[in-house]
Amino acid sequence: MPKLSLQEVEYIAQLARLGLSDEEKELLREQLSAILEYAAVINQLDTHNVEPMTSVLPLCNVMRPDATAPGLTLDEALCNAPAVQDDQFRVQVILE
Amino acid sequence: MNTTELCYLSIHVALDLLRRGALSARELTQAYLERIAALDGLLHAYITVTAEEALEQARRADERRAHGEDAPLLGIPLAIKDVICTRGVRTTCGSRILENFVPPYDATVVVRLRQAGAVLLGKTNTDEFTMGSSTEHSAFFTTANPWDLERVPGGSSGGSAAAVAAGCAMGALGSDTGGSVRQPAALCGVVGLKPTYGRVSRYGLVAHGSSLDQIGVLTRDVHDAALLLRAIAGRDPHDATSLDAPVPDYVQEMLQDTGLRGVKVGVPREYFIAGIEPGVESAVREALRVMEEAGANLIEVSLPHTQYGIPIYYLIATAEASSNLARYDGVRYGLRVEGTDMWQTFFRTRALGFGREVKRRIMLGTYALSAGYYDAYYLKAQKARTLLRQDFERALQRVDVLACPTTPGVAFRIGQKLDDPLQMYLSDVFTVSLNLVGMCGISVPCGFADGLPVGLQLMGPPLGEAILLRIAHAYQQRTEWHTYRPPLPIQALGG
Repeated sequence: MPKLSLQEVEYIAQLARLGLSDEEKELLREQLSAILEYAAVINQLDTHNVEPMTSVLPLCNVMRPDATAPGLTLDEALCNAPAVQDDQFRVQVILE
Repeated sequence: MNTTELCYLSIHVALDLLRRGALSARELTQAYLERIAALDGLLHAYITVTAEEALEQARRADERRAHGEDAPLLGIPLAIKDVICTRGVRTTCGSRILENFVPPYDATVVVRLRQAGAVLLGKTNTDEFTMGSSTEHSAFFTTANPWDLERVPGGSSGGSAAAVAAGCAMGALGSDTGGSVRQPAALCGVVGLKPTYGRVSRYGLVAHGSSLDQIGVLTRDVHDAALLLRAIAGRDPHDATSLDAPVPDYVQEMLQDTGLRGVKVGVPREYFIAGIEPGVESAVREALRVMEEAGANLIEVSLPHTQYGIPIYYLIATAEASSNLARYDGVRYGLRVEGTDMWQTFFRTRALGFGREVKRRIMLGTYALSAGYYDAYYLKAQKARTLLRQDFERALQRVDVLACPTTPGVAFRIGQKLDDPLQMYLSDVFTVSLNLVGMCGISVPCGFADGLPVGLQLMGPPLGEAILLRIAHAYQQRTEWHTYRPPLPIQALGG
């Protein structure tokens, strides 16, 4: 597998909303390429007619009774927020 | 008894002394806090020590005893890995992004330990968001291995393992996504149990790989592991993936030591490969011989997809992690580094809040899930995971448990694998498969190589904890490896 390009690294970082320095991008190009090359060994496996496993449990939908129960109070829910205003999480403007 | 002796009591012996009134929870807790104060400057096992709260819990435990009450862990001082939420006590996950996060609720396991009467000493160090095998990826500091302070304790539950090995906690909780309980237990010479996926509630465990994560216990002997598992196991309405299966009395089952006669122990040939350190292999072979001498039948089995375990694991775990860690956006909790607009705030917050291993895994996982690569990496890995599971199902039709080394080598030097992520990942080669197949496993001390502990791993079928504990206990009854203590510098203890 060819080495990841700088553009590919930047595209993935964009998807992950992850800020990276130029140095980090270069290092990740190297390291991710090496790891992916190693991981490509799974392509040797014949997986025709093999179901993908998403969970090890024999469960499908788990329902609970539709009953109310106490939850966090407003103060508890907001206690770790970086910014609060009028009992709400304060965020930056997203619409002008 | 002096402080050191008190701190090396096993939980079951301490409970006996507490019940007879020969020891108070306050004395015991005080002894642990003194030892932590003396040693943790060398070990760095704890991120947060909750001395005042612990003494208050101990006082209450003694009060309850004075009123004739008892509880399964009443007055027992334990440590909690810092990825498990504790109400009112900072829970950092070893990350800058949660450096000041104080959960408004307790994880279910913490609720259960409190109900059982445990005293909580503090929160132990971990690789950031449990991503690592050495604690070197903690944002705060690296924990030292009590057997050699220049070496890693393993990870990610390295703080819990080091604390238990050094007598700085009587037992501890960890979490295991790809070996994070068993590997540090092996490297520090203690017992580490990873229960079946779904056996223990994950509510309040900060998520890494949701289809793999499971809370486990670290203790100095198998009896203590059974006591802790009994306290935390069972269905929890807050975790839809927790299993609605009855919880056996693990202690009683374990104590029915019927010996090892007739027990079928599978020895997977793929776990005895080139690359395993000779000292590790010989210690594990000797453990197998001890079990055979006690009547066990050793049967060679094959888990043919073993070599695919690491790539399958690192594709699935990172994919799940990249999705789980999307929540750290600086809005509801954690660090926020404000930029000119909301988008820049996201990028800056995550750039400064996450360390290099977490960034690497978010990138890898995002790549594996991205359009064009999903089928080749993520979906392919999920299919390969099915094949791996079939290996285990086939082998466990023939045998009761599987036995192998927990790790291919002993504790490595701090810094040795830090710049080579692939080498670091390969140290998990014998532990990741068990998480992928969702079954249970335990690591028990089985000797030393170059003066460093070696772990024997036993792996069992879904909900097979009782048989694992019974076999591990029978092994421990016939060996003394779990009784050795690390040679910690005496001057640190004040002479």
